[in-house]
Amino acid sequence: MSILPQIAFLLIFALAGFFLYKRVSFLKRNIMLGKGETRNDQPEERWKTMLLVALGQKKMFKRIIPAFLHLLIYVAFVIINLEVLEFIIDGITGSHRIFAPFLGSFYGVAMNIFEFLAIAVLVSCVAFLIRRNVMKVERFNKPEMKGWPAMDANLILVIEIILMFAILTMNATDQILATRGVEGYTLLNGLFFSDMIQPLFLSMSDSALVVVERSAWWFHIVGILAFAIYVTYSKHLHIFLAFPNTWYTNLKPKGEIQNMPEVTKEVNMMLGMPVEGGDEAPAEIGRFGAKDVNDLSWVNIMNAYSCTECGRCTSECPANLTGKKLSPRKIMMDVRDRAEEVGKSIDLGGPGLEDGKSLLGDYITKEEINACTSCNACVEACPVNIDPLSIIIQMRRYVAMEESGTPAQWNAMFQNMETSFSPWKFAPTDRFNWADQLKNEEVK
Amino acid sequence: MAEMAASGESPEILFWVGCAGSFDDRYKAVTQAFVKILNKVGVSFAVLGPEEACTGDPARRAGNEFLFQMQAVANIQVMNGYNVKKVVTACPHCFNTIKNEYPALGGDYEVIHHSQFLQQLINEGKVALKGGGEFKGKKITFHDSCYLGRANDVYEAPREVIKALDVELVEMKRCRTKGLCCGAGGAQMFKEPEEGKRDINIERTEEALSTGASAIAVGCPFCLTMMTDGVKNKDREHDVKVYDLAEMIAKDMGI
Repeated sequence: MSILPQIAFLLIFALAGFFLYKRVSFLKRNIMLGKGETRNDQPEERWKTMLLVALGQKKMFKRIIPAFLHLLIYVAFVIINLEVLEFIIDGITGSHRIFAPFLGSFYGVAMNIFEFLAIAVLVSCVAFLIRRNVMKVERFNKPEMKGWPAMDANLILVIEIILMFAILTMNATDQILATRGVEGYTLLNGLFFSDMIQPLFLSMSDSALVVVERSAWWFHIVGILAFAIYVTYSKHLHIFLAFPNTWYTNLKPKGEIQNMPEVTKEVNMMLGMPVEGGDEAPAEIGRFGAKDVNDLSWVNIMNAYSCTECGRCTSECPANLTGKKLSPRKIMMDVRDRAEEVGKSIDLGGPGLEDGKSLLGDYITKEEINACTSCNACVEACPVNIDPLSIIIQMRRYVAMEESGTPAQWNAMFQNMETSFSPWKFAPTDRFNWADQLKNEEVK
Repeated sequence: MAEMAASGESPEILFWVGCAGSFDDRYKAVTQAFVKILNKVGVSFAVLGPEEACTGDPARRAGNEFLFQMQAVANIQVMNGYNVKKVVTACPHCFNTIKNEYPALGGDYEVIHHSQFLQQLINEGKVALKGGGEFKGKKITFHDSCYLGRANDVYEAPREVIKALDVELVEMKRCRTKGLCCGAGGAQMFKEPEEGKRDINIERTEEALSTGASAIAVGCPFCLTMMTDGVKNKDREHDVKVYDLAEMIAKDMGI
């Protein structure tokens, strides 16, 4: 037997590994464009959150139908990948179904389970395609989904369908060959689903069947490797990033907005209070709030890469529901797209962050961030614990403190607070007036 | 507070009235209702009066961190000066800010929302409800405030308070973790909304009205304003009322 296929396999495998390594380094560097932030507290709570939300899909089940279909694909993905292990060993050693002799009759059972899952994936992917393209579920058809994002979603579903067909074709032809006693093929005691498509191939000669079987095998394994690389260019990255993303969840109460210690220092100095680390003016504070991706935390950018654009956030956002431009999903997509743009530019020796563009302004407008009610509906809705609100608040800080560009009515509110310690223009001395009526009643 | 401190008394709780509770005509009634309940029950409490300033919540959420911290640090100095241990407030925004955001600036207090305080009083039997009051048997719906619910996971206390009134509590489709904002959070209270198809409070009011409830209960001054405006906009103010929880309890107690 020729060892050419083995060499070809090794080459393809190594090449895929190399590309994956390059892509992962690129993504990691882009995420690290963000500022440092330590989130390692309460490790027990973090593992628990990851197990429940990422592994256990807890938040997916707020919407039962997509949750169920998604669960089928997810379980299939995890389990069918066990078979990929066999594919890889077979590919390297030139063996065929190397696990079959070790597992005995259980191997056939396992193959039947894989086939059942493959069918489940097929059905789910078709259902998802229908939801997107025929039923036109609203959250998949918002303005930010036009073009590549819609195409990306459909491509993933179609690729998955084709990969599942490859498995079934391979098993069907493989078993016909085994039944005919062709050398190297192992007869399994019936494969429920692929046996059904055997009639399609029965008229073919042995050699033609071998070609179909081998083609399906190669298509499947090369397809999976190509898909793994594709994922790094796609919203589909959530299959990996959901895990770290949920581990690094913000565990504080959702209503708490992170303090800015650099401001605290200045405020304390202004009020003549003792300041930690001496009272000399801070050397260079940098920028207040966020104008571009490097002003955000790395967790914000990881959030953006973890987003699979499902739009549950946007579909529950009160601003978006009432026709405002704000869409929390778009905020996440913009952060990712800007990080990609900056990363690519740096790799090409370009200006990177200094390209004259910025996240706020070129991607996200003030109109969008101003419409947020900070209600946390988006944060609550996200199946992988992404926090769009954190990004919105950081951009508002930039607008307020660096640009003084907040809406006029907010500026008036600030002024009231500065002069009369209330967002409304009332005399501070009138604060207790509500009690007058009660006192009068008591006198009576 | 100043008077009590001068005479050497240290009250059990500080009632944080908030700007709406001090200045908003409608919410002053809520402040008064809550104070009547406290007086009736005999809770030892104090208010800061003119020494209270805005917590800074809308400034922080509008992006003005300097202004927020100026307000916060001043308030913390006052409260720490009086050695305040426990704060009760009828405003979820003040509640959230003092509870979650003041500790980072040196203000550590036990902070509870008035819905939680009322629930405690009811559970301890300190508030004697007639149960046969004007709400008996009526359909009431509760609107979750974002800063009470999602922000701080307080969902049951206000519901327990309403149920104690012997009413039929009807839920809107979007309730608890899925509650829809009234449209006023994140400093939206202080500016016109961005351009869109409609206002958020109208969307929410329609949902509340569709439950057939004769009253909408809220636990937040901003929600109270937004829902009241929504009901007016729908020309339903004659048969649907918007109440704060404290008002409902005070009414039932006949005070």
